[in-house]
Amino acid sequence: MNLVTELANPPPAKLHINGVSKTFTTQRGSVHALDKATLTVSEGEFVCLVGPSGCGKSTLLNLIAGLDTFDSGTVQMDGQPVTGPGRERMMMFQEHALFPWLDVMGNVLFSLNLKPGLNKQEHVEVAKYYLQLVGLERFMHANIHELSGGMKQRVALARALAPNPRVLLMDEPFAALDAMTREQLYVDLQKICKAREKTVIFVTHNVREAVCLGNRVVLFSPNPGRIREEFIVNLPRPRDINDPALAGMAGEITKALKGHTAKPAEE
Amino acid sequence: MKRLLLASLFFIGLILIWHFIVVAEIWSPVLLPGPASVGSYLWAAATDGSLAEASWVTMKRLMIGYLIGCVIGLPLGMLTARSKTLNDTLGVLALGLQTLPSVCWVPLALLWFGQSESAMLFVVIMGTLWSVLIAVDNGVRNLPPIYTRAARTMGSNGFHTLRHVILPASMPYVISGMKQGWAFAWRSLMAAEIYVTLLTGYGLGHLLHFGRELNAMDQVIGIMLIIVLIGLLADKVLFSPWERFLHRRWGLNG
Repeated sequence: MNLVTELANPPPAKLHINGVSKTFTTQRGSVHALDKATLTVSEGEFVCLVGPSGCGKSTLLNLIAGLDTFDSGTVQMDGQPVTGPGRERMMMFQEHALFPWLDVMGNVLFSLNLKPGLNKQEHVEVAKYYLQLVGLERFMHANIHELSGGMKQRVALARALAPNPRVLLMDEPFAALDAMTREQLYVDLQKICKAREKTVIFVTHNVREAVCLGNRVVLFSPNPGRIREEFIVNLPRPRDINDPALAGMAGEITKALKGHTAKPAEE
Repeated sequence: MKRLLLASLFFIGLILIWHFIVVAEIWSPVLLPGPASVGSYLWAAATDGSLAEASWVTMKRLMIGYLIGCVIGLPLGMLTARSKTLNDTLGVLALGLQTLPSVCWVPLALLWFGQSESAMLFVVIMGTLWSVLIAVDNGVRNLPPIYTRAARTMGSNGFHTLRHVILPASMPYVISGMKQGWAFAWRSLMAAEIYVTLLTGYGLGHLLHFGRELNAMDQVIGIMLIIVLIGLLADKVLFSPWERFLHRRWGLNG
């Protein structure tokens, strides 16, 4: 393997989630987090999962990541069952989850060092490429605590992209950022997704964000967590979050979402 | 530079106050010798080699005992934090024994090991081990689970996670645990040395003890100053570089 093949885009993966249920048992009783969720994500699609807290969208993401186990159903990537975490499916969290004992470069290298096939020098080259992609090559040697919230998420994105996964899982990665930073990240994320073809599943509770980023928006409702409705977003790219057409569609979806959460799901 | 100047002024001021109290003869000079007589004792002890020798004996005991305590305490603390069974057994034992002032180990150590270096070492190890274990346990227990989750998605597991995530992530706690262990080891060794006379070597605690027996207050105060000085130096030399690193990298205070 060399740098050129390493940086080439692998074909994005197809995901098939079929009738997946998950119940958490806590001290206060059991929570039916996800009820028979079925979802197919095609190669290179950007799907946004939207819903109020407790609707199972993050649970589903963790199941796809292989971080949690599910009670019934199947999760498949390209026909292969998902049994645990894997470099093919990288995850980004709401907390940046960067390691404070490493500098920016060290954090990006962490995921690369676990990947066989390249030597140290090539790892550094790959890391530099991704830091450049997220616009932070000048901050290579900065410590994590010296970065702003938006920069931290950029590093986290670079770290997730570095092993060149075929699926990118994002769990409300921009929820804790201020509006200005977020808007810039929408622009950049669209650019990055164009450059690095990935299948992306993006969890958010912000409908406008979902419409801005996704090819498809999937609505969830809580108690128990269920998939209720899907919207295809056909707006031209790159999209601007302040575009009136986008806002109109977001309004429509928000209305649908309210409808689903108001009436209790029939058992 | 300004800080150094300020500190120097402060300590010179203290010595001057001390001097004037002695000159005023409020207390008998037998009970409170002046800085000059303490200084001349220290000078004499330094030139005849007894001070260096006692410091060396004490530091050797401290270092060996402390290192053994850390080497046992660090991994055990990691284990009690990760295993419920170990936490319910060893963890409870450690918590209990940590509350025991380490000087309480001296009688037991004497009966077990006699008046020997082993007894000293045992007391220092007991002083270090439990507090290091508990500090590390606390640190590892309070690690944000997001670190290990993130590491797992990147393909890290088992020993790799321990070595590259849990160990470095708990470093602030490990350092503060080791610092606390050091303080306990130092205290327990002084107590043991004052308590027990050893023929295999006189440490600083022994000099302090002899000072009392001889009613030599200049020796008592002089040795106390040396003990304080060693404590300060250890803090600056052993722990400050680590704390500065943590501060720079993590952005932590302290």
